[in-house]
Amino acid sequence: MKVLPYFVILPLAGSFLVIFIDSVLKDRKVRDTVADILANVIMLTLFILTLTLFGQSCSYFVGGWRPPFGINFLLDGLSHLMLVAVNLIALLSGIFSINYMSQYTARRHYWALFLLMLTGMNGVLLSGDFFNLFVFLEIASVASYALVGFGTEAEELEASFKYMVMGAVASSLVLMAVAVLYSRFGILNMSYISAAMPGESFDWLLKFSLFLFITAFSIKGALVPFHAWLPDAHPSAPAPVSAMLSGVLIETIGIYALTRVIFNVFSYKSILLANLGVISMMVGVLLALGQTDIKRLLAYSSISQVGYIVLGLGLGTPLGIFGALFHLINHSIFKSLLFLNSGSVFYRLKTRDLNSMGGLNKVMPVTGATSLVASLSISGLPPFNGFFSKLIIIIACVQSGHPVLAVWAVIGSVLTLAYFMKVQKLAFFGKLKEINKEIKESPFFMSASVIILAALCLATSFILLPGVRNKILTPAVNAVLNPTNYRMMVYIK
Amino acid sequence: MKREEKNRAPTTELNGMSEIVKTVCNWIAGFIFLFGCYITAYGHLTPGGGFAGGVILAASFILIVLSFGKDKISPLLPRKRAEMIEAAGGLIFIFTVWTAIYAGASFCGNFIFKKWSCANFKLLSAGFIPLLNIAIALKVMAGLFLVFFVLSITRVILEGEKLKMVKEE
Repeated sequence: MKVLPYFVILPLAGSFLVIFIDSVLKDRKVRDTVADILANVIMLTLFILTLTLFGQSCSYFVGGWRPPFGINFLLDGLSHLMLVAVNLIALLSGIFSINYMSQYTARRHYWALFLLMLTGMNGVLLSGDFFNLFVFLEIASVASYALVGFGTEAEELEASFKYMVMGAVASSLVLMAVAVLYSRFGILNMSYISAAMPGESFDWLLKFSLFLFITAFSIKGALVPFHAWLPDAHPSAPAPVSAMLSGVLIETIGIYALTRVIFNVFSYKSILLANLGVISMMVGVLLALGQTDIKRLLAYSSISQVGYIVLGLGLGTPLGIFGALFHLINHSIFKSLLFLNSGSVFYRLKTRDLNSMGGLNKVMPVTGATSLVASLSISGLPPFNGFFSKLIIIIACVQSGHPVLAVWAVIGSVLTLAYFMKVQKLAFFGKLKEINKEIKESPFFMSASVIILAALCLATSFILLPGVRNKILTPAVNAVLNPTNYRMMVYIK
Repeated sequence: MKREEKNRAPTTELNGMSEIVKTVCNWIAGFIFLFGCYITAYGHLTPGGGFAGGVILAASFILIVLSFGKDKISPLLPRKRAEMIEAAGGLIFIFTVWTAIYAGASFCGNFIFKKWSCANFKLLSAGFIPLLNIAIALKVMAGLFLVFFVLSITRVILEGEKLKMVKEE
């Protein structure tokens, strides 16, 4: 499979190429346009590449060196599902950025960091050995620290610093966990370590390593009680970056990495994770209820939705994992849509405060309608995608004998509806303020990307149809549930 | 950075050090640069390599800034050119490992090594490794120099209650 390295090469080369072209060209308008086109063409190419990979699973030996000593890229159902989501959201956020980033200078740095973050995420998804997982995790994280502080205002820099400190703690925990595993097995390849795992009874070294991994990825994925950095970091970034961070970054370097390590490498099942998920879900919801800053509210909502995903995963049953992965895809779509909508509002009103909005449906119909779609999706109302994934998670809870968790999930969902109705009422319905009468709809590219995302909110409901499900979600669920397949993958070239 | 923050008042100039320091640095900067080139070129044979060589190369430029002030460096290595060299370093690396896919090896495979190998422990004995070392050296040199340069032109000032970062070009 010669395609796999391109997911790393293309965005990485793109990020340097943007800087290089920018330093060669003289006129600023031309430079910005070239950077926009180049970055978006690269992301479009990547997205099309992901679509050609349906139903394939393979591994790629970098430099021709065979594992366990060589590095390998590995593609299975789970990483493919995530690749599609990451590259789709990256493409749509990229299209949105064309208009949105005209408020900022240093377009070249923005695109270079954006593509670097994409490189890191694609790398994490494809990496077949622990050390490269760590390296790509760091690439994605470091790029996102810089993007959070992109506005260089005092609060943004503070949020970025806070995020960096928490991220660095998490990264060093990952490194420590990898070191512990290396000391135990003498190799770094994930498939080989998975095959060498001693079944159910772990010794204290393995338990320690697993504990470090769970803590580190919980920090990266902003699970309660490690969530404190997220409500500062995600709102501070420019809107398309917030969409990337909340939509796919925490899911890639948090949830995906956690799933891979727990289910495929350690083959560890525990209801502890589900409980952690429920705590995240409830704390996130309750904290979101009181917010009046729209992006901060969305950030808290991310914590709670990640809680749903972890709840599904923690159940460990096929249906629970199915619901979790389905919700993961749905969350990446509606959360990025909501962040992009908040960006559209900020672009015109220059405020994130819900109390100074009101009646925006009259002047920004596209933004209003798409945000209504996203709000209904995230609150779990039929026929939108969020309804189906939450329903599956709740049914899975009951089926696996945890009705209490199901009740919490329902309560969480109702409260989610409550605070999104608050957003709708304060921002888009109600009376239009006098100073906002002259506001226009957001520019073309911004509107286009939110319309596509809103359509996807409806379209992803069809994943449940058996024909579509067997192509998209079932391979991912099988990949999570069968560590044996993962162990064998390393031999298939 | 937000657009409106662009025009800010300049702050103090860095005018360099005494005549003795300037003379000595004038002599040794070239040798340091040459040493950096040596460390880079022999990276696959002796201790060192792209990163170490790049750091030494950057040190020669930083020495010039420290001794002569930053006006002297702008004809030699202006910021724009440093950015270009840094990006070029990254691009050379990526295109080299990319070419490997089309040259019969797999991604990152040492494709030159397979074509013509010469005696061990000679300059051209490691295939494309020296090429990658040079790319890394360029990137590290320009990157490290830019970090130093940007830090030297950025000031944090107290504006009202808040700290603010300003830049002078």
